[in-house]
Amino acid sequence: MLLTLGVALRAVAFALPPALLAAAVLRWRFPGRFVLHALVHLPLVLPPVVTGWLLLLVFGVNGPVGAWLQRAFGLRLAFTESGAALACAVMVFPLMVRAMRLSLDAIDPALEQAARTLGAGPLDRFVSITLPLAAPGILTASVLGYTASLGEFGAVITFAASIPGQTRTLPLAIYAALETPDGEAVAARLAALSVLLALAGLGLAELFARRR
Amino acid sequence: MLRVRLDHRFAGASLAIAFEAPTPGVVALFGPSGAGKSSLLQAVAGLLRADRVEVELDGAALHALAPERRRIGYVFQDGRLFPHLSARANLRYGLVRAPAGSIGFDAVVQLLGLAGLLDRRPVTLSGGERQRVAIGRALLAQPRLLLMDEPLSALDQARRDEVLPYLARLRATLRLPILYASHALDEVARLADTLVLIEAGRVCAAGPVGEVAGRADLALAAREDAVGVLRGRVARHDAGRRLTELACGADIVRVPLIDLPPGAPVRLLVPAREVILALDEPRAVSVNNVLRAAVLAVVAEGRAHAALVSLAVGGGTLLARVTLDAAGRLGLQAGAPVLALVKSMSVELGQD
Repeated sequence: MLLTLGVALRAVAFALPPALLAAAVLRWRFPGRFVLHALVHLPLVLPPVVTGWLLLLVFGVNGPVGAWLQRAFGLRLAFTESGAALACAVMVFPLMVRAMRLSLDAIDPALEQAARTLGAGPLDRFVSITLPLAAPGILTASVLGYTASLGEFGAVITFAASIPGQTRTLPLAIYAALETPDGEAVAARLAALSVLLALAGLGLAELFARRR
Repeated sequence: MLRVRLDHRFAGASLAIAFEAPTPGVVALFGPSGAGKSSLLQAVAGLLRADRVEVELDGAALHALAPERRRIGYVFQDGRLFPHLSARANLRYGLVRAPAGSIGFDAVVQLLGLAGLLDRRPVTLSGGERQRVAIGRALLAQPRLLLMDEPLSALDQARRDEVLPYLARLRATLRLPILYASHALDEVARLADTLVLIEAGRVCAAGPVGEVAGRADLALAAREDAVGVLRGRVARHDAGRRLTELACGADIVRVPLIDLPPGAPVRLLVPAREVILALDEPRAVSVNNVLRAAVLAVVAEGRAHAALVSLAVGGGTLLARVTLDAAGRLGLQAGAPVLALVKSMSVELGQD
C-alpha cells in the first residue's frame, strides 16, 4: 500500500518536469511539432504491455540507456521499485501533458505580450506570468497523474514484474490475490482501498479546479 | 523627432503609413475603427511582425531591438493587468525590469491617484481604476516612448471623464513622446500636439493639431462636433470684469476667470457651430471676442445646407459652421477678411 503511494509519487515527480516542458513547447508552432505531439501521445495509444516491453528494451539491463545507467551510476531500473515508478511515469505522461496544455491554452497570450512590452524576456515571462496563472491546472494535472499511476498495470508488470515488497503495486497485488486460491477476500479489501484512493484523488483534483 | 514608417499586408488589406513628429509631444493617430491604428501601434512595439517597420526616436532605431528591449510602454485598450498580481505588483512589474529612471513609484501613484488601490487585485478594480493602473504600470517601466491604444474607449462616459484629466496631467508633467490612437475627437483635441489622420491604412493628413483640426476639407471637420484648436498662454486676470485674458498669437481671447497663473500654457477648443461670422464690428452684443480673421477655405455641406469655413486667426486656425445662406450673403471666399465672433462661454479650456 505504502509502496504503491510511493511509486505513484515518484512517477509524478519523474513526469512533471518533462510534461511541463512538453506542454510549453507544444504551444509554439515549429517544424517537427507533429512528431513531438505524436511521441508524447504514444503511451496513450499503445498497448501498455508494448510500452513496458519498449522500456525494457531501452532501460533494461542490456538496453542502451539501462546498461549505461548501470555502468555510470550502478542504477538498475528494470524489475525495481524505481523501474515501476518510471513505467507509471511514462504511462501518465500524456495525460499530464494534455491537462497542462488545457490550462496553458486558457491563458490569454495578450498578458504575455503585455509582459513583453514591460521588458520581460521569454523565460522571465514564462516564470512570472504563465506558470503562476497555470498553477491550478498544473496541480490538477499532477493529481490526475498520481491517481492514474495508482492504477497502472500492464507497463509495470512488463517492465518491473510483480515482486512482493518491491514492485507489486496495488493493482498487481489485486491480480496476484485473485490468482491464488481463497484470495478473494484479500482482493476485495485491496479493491476497496483502491476505490477509496481513486475517490480521494478525484476529490482533490476537483478542489484544485474549483480554487481557480 | 519621432519617425515612423510601416508597410504591411494582411489578407485583404494593406497598411502604408509614414509620419514624423517633434518630440516630446503627443502624436494622436485618429481614424475610424479598422483604419489600422492598432496594427500600427503593435508594429511599433514589435508585437506584430510587419513586412517592414521603422521606428526612429531622436536618432535611435528602435525597430532593430527585440520587443522586450525597446522600452516602449504600451497601454492596451483592455488594460491587460496581470490577474494574479496586486495593483502594486502590477505597477512594479516593469519597474524592477527597467534600468533606473526618472519616473518614481510614489510620483506615479500620486499622479494617477492610485494610493488607495495598491493592495487590491485587478478583478476588484473598476474599469477606470484598472486603466489608471495600466497607465502607471507602463510609465514605471521607464519608457522612451509610450503607446496608448484607445485607452478610454472601453470605459463609459463617467469613467472616461474620470481618466481624461489624469491623461492631460500626465501629458503636462512628463516630457515623454506619446503615440495615442483614438477615434474620439474630444480626446484628440485635448491631448494631441501632432495629429495624424488615418483612413483605410493610409495617412490622409498630418501636422500640428490646430492646423489639421482646422482644415475644412477633411473628414474631421465634417463631423457634427468639429472644433478649432488654438493654443495660447494666460496673459492676465481681470478680476473686476471676472475675465481671464488669453494671448493666442496676436489675438486676445477673453474667457470667464480661470485658476491658472499668468504665463501658463492653455489650449482652447472652439466648437465650429459656436462661431459667428460678421463683416462689421457689432456694437452692444454680449460676445466678448471679436477676432480678425482671413477665410482660408469654404466647403459647402450640401445635405445640411451649411458651409464650413476655415479661418486664419492670430493664434492658429478656427472653424465656423454657418448656413449656406449666410456664406452667400457675406460673400465668403478664400482670402476674404472677416470677423469671427467667439462667445466666452463657448470656449472649452484645457491646460496645455
